[in-house]
Amino acid sequence: MNTLSDPYPKAYLYRRIVQAKLFIDAHFAEAIDVGIISGEAHYSKFHFIREFQAIYGRTPREHLTHCRMERAKELMAQGVDALEACVAVGYQSLSSFSRAFKKATGSTPRVFREAELRREADTRARPLNFIPDCFSGAHGLSEE
Amino acid sequence: MHLQLTHTCFYVLDQDSALDFYVNKLGFKKHTDVRKGEFRWLTVTPPDQPGLEISLLAAKESHAMDKESADALAMLIRKGVFGFGSFQSPDVFAAYEEMHAKGVEFKAPPKKEFYGVSCNFKDDSGNWFSLSEKQPGK
Repeated sequence: MNTLSDPYPKAYLYRRIVQAKLFIDAHFAEAIDVGIISGEAHYSKFHFIREFQAIYGRTPREHLTHCRMERAKELMAQGVDALEACVAVGYQSLSSFSRAFKKATGSTPRVFREAELRREADTRARPLNFIPDCFSGAHGLSEE
Repeated sequence: MHLQLTHTCFYVLDQDSALDFYVNKLGFKKHTDVRKGEFRWLTVTPPDQPGLEISLLAAKESHAMDKESADALAMLIRKGVFGFGSFQSPDVFAAYEEMHAKGVEFKAPPKKEFYGVSCNFKDDSGNWFSLSEKQPGK
């Protein structure tokens, strides 16, 4: 319910949904499900899913998958292999992980990882290719 | 004529701290981080605009800026003189609650005005931004 200290209408509702979203952001690698997450928000499961989707445009389950995929992308860009990334973001099956990854990114984990590592090597070998001319010129940067 | 903004820059006091702010508090992605001598080209992209690279440029003496100018720029940033831009969110109240929970400093909570819902926040350096909600039909 609204209280006098609430800065805007329904602030308490927003806070509960946002806290649940932050809970997913912090615990996505653990074995959490919508039941646990809606409990964090003190909502019934159905009501929680509806409110969450209204605010974030995706269901809590979709947001959980999104967090896992984003972290997997970060890990693989650092050179971590698919199996290790799969386990690190909370998947128990490599095939489920690979399917979800392909759906989220359009690439298989292996193709994604190789492309990211190639890009990283390029940035180290040819940094000026990644800095627009107007900035590199202003800072007196050249290939030598 | 077709024109697209692909790069812009925010001057910041400390690049590592700014990277932490934009990535961990605003949800940006680190795009490029390369060094050439003393110069560090560090860019991030907003979560919903992967094609717009924002360079977090250090406000310090460099080939492009003498010490006097760099000191003046850093002082003005610290004073909170600069407003660098406007962010838009489909739900400002939710964005406010999340950013506030992560420690982002706001001038005041979001308010419904005749032009829509908005509020102002600053980054870890002191640059101000507005945060507003997309209005139907705009």
